[in-house]
Amino acid sequence: MPSIDAVQEEIINEFEILGEDKESTIYYIMELGDQLPEFPEPERTDENIIKGCQSKVWLTTDFRDGRVYYLADSNTDITKGLISLLIRVLSGKKAGEILNTDLYFIDKIGMGSIIGSQRSNGLAAMIKQMKLFALAYQSKIDA
Amino acid sequence: MHDLEEIIDQTSKGLNVAEIRSKFPVLDQEVNGKPLAYFDNAATTQKPQEVLDALNEYYENHNSNIHRGAHTLAARATDLFEKTRSSVRAFINAPSVEEVIFTKGTTDGINLVASTFGKTYIGEGDEVIISTMEHHSNIVPWQMLCETNKAVLKIIPVSDTGELDLQAYEELLSERTKLVAVVHASNALGTINPIKKMIQLAHERGARFLVDGAQSLAHLDVDVQDLDCDFLTFSAHKLYGPTGVGVLYGKRELLEAMPPYQGGGEMIREVTFAKTTYNDIPYKFEAGTPNIADVVAFDAALAFIRSIGKKRIQEQENQLLAHAVELCSQINGFIPVGTAREKVSVMSFTIRNMHPFDVGMMLDAAGIAVRTGHHCTQPLMDRFGLEGTVRASFAVYNTNEEIDRLYESLVRIAKRKN
Repeated sequence: MPSIDAVQEEIINEFEILGEDKESTIYYIMELGDQLPEFPEPERTDENIIKGCQSKVWLTTDFRDGRVYYLADSNTDITKGLISLLIRVLSGKKAGEILNTDLYFIDKIGMGSIIGSQRSNGLAAMIKQMKLFALAYQSKIDA
Repeated sequence: MHDLEEIIDQTSKGLNVAEIRSKFPVLDQEVNGKPLAYFDNAATTQKPQEVLDALNEYYENHNSNIHRGAHTLAARATDLFEKTRSSVRAFINAPSVEEVIFTKGTTDGINLVASTFGKTYIGEGDEVIISTMEHHSNIVPWQMLCETNKAVLKIIPVSDTGELDLQAYEELLSERTKLVAVVHASNALGTINPIKKMIQLAHERGARFLVDGAQSLAHLDVDVQDLDCDFLTFSAHKLYGPTGVGVLYGKRELLEAMPPYQGGGEMIREVTFAKTTYNDIPYKFEAGTPNIADVVAFDAALAFIRSIGKKRIQEQENQLLAHAVELCSQINGFIPVGTAREKVSVMSFTIRNMHPFDVGMMLDAAGIAVRTGHHCTQPLMDRFGLEGTVRASFAVYNTNEEIDRLYESLVRIAKRKN
């Protein structure tokens, strides 16, 4: 499995190819969301909704062999695309790695200007929640 | 209101949209690499150069506090401020300038009426009628009032086409009804409500009527004497004018009887620690230094509207709306929301299988500005079982070419899920 930073570099390259055109970028992000694996219906609960997002985002995790696996869904395609990027970078990685990682790809691809400040806050809330899950698993390991 | 010059002006010249657009510098820009198509006019319209110049001119040459100064600038600023009041009077055909109160906006005007008229005249068991299609700003102040004064809030239902159920309205009216507060034109759907008839019905039962004119004044001729409304409230910024300025019209006998809204300077006649007496209307309701510069510049916005004429504005906007609806109805997955017979230039819709936020975001990427969401009308969205809609609202400076672009973008967008 490629490292977190290797995936971040991959994403940065993809967005460089897309260039400055916002329309293609938005469509691309949405297409990435379309490719997310189906979210398990029983997990679509209010408890699994991430607070602080304008759109609804459901997030659930699985912890196997010291690694954190994320599944997510959203009621909006753009948000689904955004979380699919985070999943691509973080899912299947060790809890400790997830906790210590700097998600520099977000700034590097200019996400702030693509999605605007309100959605950037939502994105920050998603990252926080993903890291909180990793933290919970890490403390189990440490205990 | 209709002076001869205006009538001649309206009938003798065709509408030159290119010339009108050239007055709006903000429209001449690229957004996300595409020419801006601004279709969020129901939220706020852009401002013509005359308004921008008037703001500058005021600060460069006349700035002073009004009504109290003993010097020339103060007198000049006062004259300019009061000139706008006269223009507003003519604009809505109010009987007198004293019945025109400057506020911060439509919301402020509604809150003023709720806090003064409402607080005094609406008591326990009394009823206030609003409708399902009200903006939150014409719901929440009445909810707050009804809670405090133990009054009852009643709601006129809305049909599937987005029209008020007038029969239900008649049935809701009772001898306990003290006030009806209804939007003239819906911000979310564009529906124009038959306000004149509704006012007449309210008056027959002895109830007062407040018209929320936030969305109607930019499009329709509104004559408060012809309507016989008791209150009318609207905002300058939806009328090509500056933000932070609104108007509340109220009938003289009501305004004079109502207690003041806020206490402070300007609204008093005499202050002693024993007793304070209040100023006459409209000043009684204008505590503190008002938003002088923006009120002054609002006059230029009214002049801009007069120079084109409401009739021609409406014709242009109706034509734009018809063009947009005709084109977009051909799109697979396009679902119009609000198909009333009488509408201002608002096209609210959803795209099947798509969230309005996504549609808005994709349109923005194409340089097209629309509004998405519940439009501060959550009860109305609930009525239609929707989380929100996409709303394109048109103004006199919009063009068919811009609407063609909206259509082309929507075709691409809808294809994603249809």
